[in-house]
Amino acid sequence: MRVSKRAGSAVALGAAFALVASGCSSSDSDGGDAGASADGAITIDGTQPEVGLVPANTTETGGGAIIDWIWTGLVEYPNDGSAPRNAVAESIETTDSKVYTIKIKKDTKFHDGTVVKAKNFVDAWNWGAYSPNGAQNGSFFSDIQGFADVHTEDPDGAEGPKKAPEPKAKEMSGLKVVDDFTFEVTLEAPTAVFPTKLGYSTFMPLPDAFFSQGAEAFGKKPIGNGPIKFVSWEDDVQIKLTRFDEYSLNDKMKIKDVTVKMYQDDTAAYNDLLAGNLDFQQQVPISALAGDKWKSDLGPRAIPSVTPSTGIIAFPIYDKRFQNAKLRKAISMSINRQEISDKIFFGNRKPADSWANPLTPGAKAGNCTSCQYNVEEAKKLYAESGGFTGELVMYYNADASHKEWMEAVAQQVKTNLGINARAEGVPTFAVFRQNINAGKMTGMYRAGWQQDYPDVENWVGPLYVTGGSSNDGKYSNPQVDALAKEAAAAPSLEAAHAKYAEAVALIDQDVPSIPVYFGGQQSGHSEKIKKIQLSNVGELDLTSIEL
Amino acid sequence: MGRYLLRRLLQLVPVFIGTTFLIYWLVWSVPGDPFAGKCGERPCPDSFVNMMTEKFKLDEPLIVQYGNYMQNLLQGDFGQNYGGREISDIIATSYPNTLKLALVALTIEAVIGLTAGVLTGLRRNGFLDNLVLVSTLFLIALPIFVIGFVAQWLLGVQWGIVKPTVSSEMRLSELIVPGFVLGSASMAYIARLARTSIAENRRADYVRTAIAKGLPMRRVVGVHLLRNSLIPVVTLLGTDLGALMGGAIVTEGIFQVNGIGRQVFRAIVTKESATVVSIVVVLVLVYLLMNLLVDLLYAALDPRIRYE
Repeated sequence: MRVSKRAGSAVALGAAFALVASGCSSSDSDGGDAGASADGAITIDGTQPEVGLVPANTTETGGGAIIDWIWTGLVEYPNDGSAPRNAVAESIETTDSKVYTIKIKKDTKFHDGTVVKAKNFVDAWNWGAYSPNGAQNGSFFSDIQGFADVHTEDPDGAEGPKKAPEPKAKEMSGLKVVDDFTFEVTLEAPTAVFPTKLGYSTFMPLPDAFFSQGAEAFGKKPIGNGPIKFVSWEDDVQIKLTRFDEYSLNDKMKIKDVTVKMYQDDTAAYNDLLAGNLDFQQQVPISALAGDKWKSDLGPRAIPSVTPSTGIIAFPIYDKRFQNAKLRKAISMSINRQEISDKIFFGNRKPADSWANPLTPGAKAGNCTSCQYNVEEAKKLYAESGGFTGELVMYYNADASHKEWMEAVAQQVKTNLGINARAEGVPTFAVFRQNINAGKMTGMYRAGWQQDYPDVENWVGPLYVTGGSSNDGKYSNPQVDALAKEAAAAPSLEAAHAKYAEAVALIDQDVPSIPVYFGGQQSGHSEKIKKIQLSNVGELDLTSIEL
Repeated sequence: MGRYLLRRLLQLVPVFIGTTFLIYWLVWSVPGDPFAGKCGERPCPDSFVNMMTEKFKLDEPLIVQYGNYMQNLLQGDFGQNYGGREISDIIATSYPNTLKLALVALTIEAVIGLTAGVLTGLRRNGFLDNLVLVSTLFLIALPIFVIGFVAQWLLGVQWGIVKPTVSSEMRLSELIVPGFVLGSASMAYIARLARTSIAENRRADYVRTAIAKGLPMRRVVGVHLLRNSLIPVVTLLGTDLGALMGGAIVTEGIFQVNGIGRQVFRAIVTKESATVVSIVVVLVLVYLLMNLLVDLLYAALDPRIRYE
């Protein structure tokens, strides 16, 4: 999941305005004018990437969007949010979900003219996993056999004085180049969802130039293999992109030039959009949402979309006071999500009623029984649980707009259950996350999740399995772990999804967190653009644009 | 004069060291681990945190970090930010933009403020005087972001007279609206200060003498009256350049000017002491030098002031 880094708000993504949309499209006419499109240019809204543009090292939305545009992976995620389809991959074959033979198409090229070969993938993944390279997304490769040999853990954590030992190997033993266009991936354990993950930006190939230039120099002038080619980057001002004419895969770009203008303030971008100086803004400012102002401002050019992301309030289960499942369920059921959706989000975010966002393949709508608003039941459960003594504080990071809905939740819990609840802001996301990472939260806290890749696995594994990368509340249920393991090893995705459904049913009994709302996105475009689509993650699909 | 200048320049050294250390220490004590929130809702891998800690020597004590920074600074090396960008490059691209904006604001506030001040100071209680009093009260009362947003929306979106934001070329014509917004509050102060000062000196003996000896009014006002009345205004204008540059963050944000405001803001949030100090150091120098310049200007304006 990526973090949004607009200077003005430094928002933690998942919760503020999450970025996933399920391929929603809007077109005012039957299509564009091919002539105008062919050498057309547009300017779109963006933010300055925090670090150089290296796929395995980018975890925020500013750089992430650009990486998604200039790279194409083995598979790609269709705009409508459905299961991935092959892109650079000719075929991905496996018999046991453990050993995958990946054949790639022979005629695809990097922007520097070199052919995309099997070793470009293998080398890129080895670079990302090798811990001294310090890639921010390094842990995504942990499925692959031999990961532990190239990625050593610090014996006393990053804070401690001891240093991580030098990795034993530089390359993962599970990656093997068979010939120029074939490679074999052996995983540590069977993982049915592995091919789905391959469309995530971390798994992109890197050209030979990356290894000769080094990550730092490459990141300032990246060379990808996607439909759009990098031209120039003026820090804090703009990044220029242009069509890659030799692109041979599915979606070629219809327009020619794209300028990504880096705004510090989303209101400035919005005013530029209204004045016709900007052609697309992914998320209009909050000020424009009140009273649906953005819809009257933009008319048919307003694009509302739903996003597979969920706003959550998590329990620190390591805290004794929160270890009673009945109490957790009572709190969850005392929240009137519909009211919060209507009154605070003006209907732009929908009340959550399932554990995984229903837009994700494999997820089921309405499977969160504790998400129902039922004060009677909540009171009954609360009485059975033995109650809650003391003050119940709900924490949120105050540098993004979470105050209103967190306070509403606290107020509802207070009114309906009589718990002395209140919401409290932590000044910055950094301080907030520091306490969460350290397991030092003394109350419930805001969280959020946006899928990295479209599969229900991404909503269970990281969040509710023991030791999951975002299981910050330290929830642990051996049965859930066992089912998740079985699901991962299932021979097909369907079988895996069935197992995950069983796991989710158990999670629903335990209520390790409280899903509150499903994300929504409000975008707008200029009159110039006649046809436009958003990707499964709510980013602009540049190849869809016609003028 | 030479000795005075030398003494003032030498005073810059301890001020320079003091401010840099204070700022370094302040940013260092901002709570929050710089890498805790970087990877979203999941912690960053240890390997990444370790590499960054090693690269920026973040495990050293504050005084050692500061010492390293100063040592490199004296050799002309500002260092890098956490994103791997040279800080000297950030300064070189953002400073000229902020300076340009601040100078436009300064010019606008000086021209309009002084004109209004002189006119109303000479003819008090007239219609113009009342108009200026009310409008300056209005400008002082409104927060700068309100003026900024209203100006942008009205002129840029509603009427379409100007583009709502400034392009990367920073053309002078595009800077007039942001410059006006940035300088608006100071403009009001200058108008009021000049008005009072002029009105007061209007009754001074030397003005009566000048009129009595038959000098034309233009010369009385332009040379005798204005020159003596300008001292407080010049003080305000001089220190205002630094204040405008340091305070431009809101205006820069509204009008999309790629200046130092956003850089400092971002660096504080991400706890990049080196970036904050480097940018602020230059700002401190601007303040100090402008103060010196103002002091020297006093002597030029008022012959009674001499520096030994």
